[in-house]
Amino acid sequence: MSLVQGAHQETSRVASARAALLAWPEFNKPAVWLVAVILLIMPFIASGFFLIEIFATTLILGTIALSLMFLAGYGGMVSLMQLTIAGFAAYMVAVFGMSANTNISLGWPWWLATPMALVLATIFGTLGGALAVRTEGIYTIMITLAIGAAFYYFTNQNWPIFGGHTGINTIATPKFWGVDWRADVPYYYITLGVAAFCYFAVQYVSRAPFGLALQGVRDNPRRMAALGFNVNAHRVAAYAFASFIAALGGVLQVWNYRQISPGSVSVGACIDILIIAVVGGITRPVGPFIGAFIFVILRTFALDLLVKFGLDGNRFRLLIGLGFLAIVFWSSDGVIGLWERWRRRATAPDKRASGGHGHG
Amino acid sequence: MTGFIERHPAWALILLIAVAVMLWLILAVWPPGLEEAIGRKRVFLNAVFNGITLGSLYFLVASGFTLIFGLMRNVNLAHGSLYLFGGYIGYAISTWTGSWVLGFIIAFIGVALVGVVLQIVVFRRMEGEDLRQTMVTIGLSIVFADLMLWVFGGDFYQIQTPSWLVGPIELPLVTAVKSSGEAVYLRYPMVRLVIFAAAVVIGIAMWLALNRTRVGMMVRAGVDDRDMLAATGVPIQLVFVVVFALGAGLAGIAGVVGGTFQSLSPGEDTRFLLASLVVVIVGGMGSIPGAALGAVIIGLAEQLGSVYIPTYAIVVTFLIMVLVLALRPQGLLARR
Repeated sequence: MSLVQGAHQETSRVASARAALLAWPEFNKPAVWLVAVILLIMPFIASGFFLIEIFATTLILGTIALSLMFLAGYGGMVSLMQLTIAGFAAYMVAVFGMSANTNISLGWPWWLATPMALVLATIFGTLGGALAVRTEGIYTIMITLAIGAAFYYFTNQNWPIFGGHTGINTIATPKFWGVDWRADVPYYYITLGVAAFCYFAVQYVSRAPFGLALQGVRDNPRRMAALGFNVNAHRVAAYAFASFIAALGGVLQVWNYRQISPGSVSVGACIDILIIAVVGGITRPVGPFIGAFIFVILRTFALDLLVKFGLDGNRFRLLIGLGFLAIVFWSSDGVIGLWERWRRRATAPDKRASGGHGHG
Repeated sequence: MTGFIERHPAWALILLIAVAVMLWLILAVWPPGLEEAIGRKRVFLNAVFNGITLGSLYFLVASGFTLIFGLMRNVNLAHGSLYLFGGYIGYAISTWTGSWVLGFIIAFIGVALVGVVLQIVVFRRMEGEDLRQTMVTIGLSIVFADLMLWVFGGDFYQIQTPSWLVGPIELPLVTAVKSSGEAVYLRYPMVRLVIFAAAVVIGIAMWLALNRTRVGMMVRAGVDDRDMLAATGVPIQLVFVVVFALGAGLAGIAGVVGGTFQSLSPGEDTRFLLASLVVVIVGGMGSIPGAALGAVIIGLAEQLGSVYIPTYAIVVTFLIMVLVLALRPQGLLARR
């Protein structure tokens, strides 16, 4: 008996060591360390334009897309309103904080306005989620799209709170400890910190009991219900968590542009977030950031590139659309999926890949 | 109908009272106190008629969407693009030939052909993969939108109303009584009434085709149990192509209607995609009567809302959707 007990302890120690590795599998890969170091020393390499327009924007869009990835990848719920939640948070920062529209903004200091915006946006997203979880699959997409569109049209029409078509501009950004946090380098580190926080939070939650239950709900809701899990409560909680991440992204976005208008919560922008998440890959938290990087690079340079090839520079949306189509057609798992398939083929050239790739 | 009254007597009563109040508001001469409280009757009547005719336009778009979804479980988020494409075809043909009706015919055929190509190239290859279909159709709608922007530019186009439909007609509905005791009747654009009538005819024809013909029988059987229908030897792929062509063609016709009522410009595609989404969510996915009911409700809510509470008009449609989802998640007239 004691032998068994001892053996059990032995295995449990090995198991716990392995669990620690499983929890942070990225830590023993050199590529990950390389990326982390590059991201940290980026301000010494890149110019201000690259730092903000490319890298900070990538991190912000990646964070918002990460919230969609969490819902879609672990919860099986494709929500198109993640940008709407981010936009709501941005609007709340503008409404409670300081801006040029003095008859709208309440003029709270940033350390009050920001938590308020985060809380309200999380509540907003959770309520939207509570509506969306009444339905499944395609219906969820349609309802969240309808919520996003309703919010866009509402901000367009509502002048007393949302500033109507022109939105709210010259929003104050935080300055404390003698640092202007909107200056290029500090702002880059803020976005990097928030993005890293969200990335690790999603990774942690996905392996915590809640995340495992959520993945169970995704795979077989009936079975989970039979096991005594409250399926809908898990889904709503997932929305709450994702809403908080999206709200963080929204706060960063409004600090970046210092203004918010209905154009930034338009239906097209909501769909862009879906494109980012899908192109990057919605099975792993790193996917949205890869997708965001590709998207931002394309958006910034496609115009020049197209003109250089003698084409109309305005056709960059066509380029993005065709690229998106190609990726959805050939890989259900975005760029990560393509990369992994290519690597598998490279390491085992004579072994045929068994079975099809995962369901779409 | 009687079953509904037996099951939900309270709801039936509320509905009955609402319909009666609505009819009284439309038919009766308003007492002076009411005019002071909520404005002129002419404004109200115009809003109601605009709402119903807008509803008929929404019905044309949404019925194709819901038909395709109901039978094939295909979510075609490029449906709005088909609408806009139909509108542009109708504009090009009607300005080129000068014939409004020809614009309808060619828009129907052209967009139906696009629908057939979509069904064969995209949807047949990913049957049962809802999410991938959704993504692919989103990608397609982006590509279509940019191609149409390329060809037609960002301008607003309006399709010319044919001369025999131009101008208002007088309806036998009293809007006000002059001090001399003479009644003033409502004048309303002829073309909108004709299109409303056409939408009703199309709706009834679809209902008849679905409920009284052999193909309709197959379609309905396919909605209920696709595998069983395939197993009985029905050429189901052919049925799919026919229904997809019909649904897309309806979107094309709706585009011409929309171009005549309102205008065509980039962005209208998403607007009508969202309108049809909300309409079918309210009415019930896959149900033609549901699409009709949802379209009228949403059209009326939009127009009455924009007259009486302009700031919150969009919120009204949204609230209706939320209310329906909260009380009946499957939609008002869904059978499930």
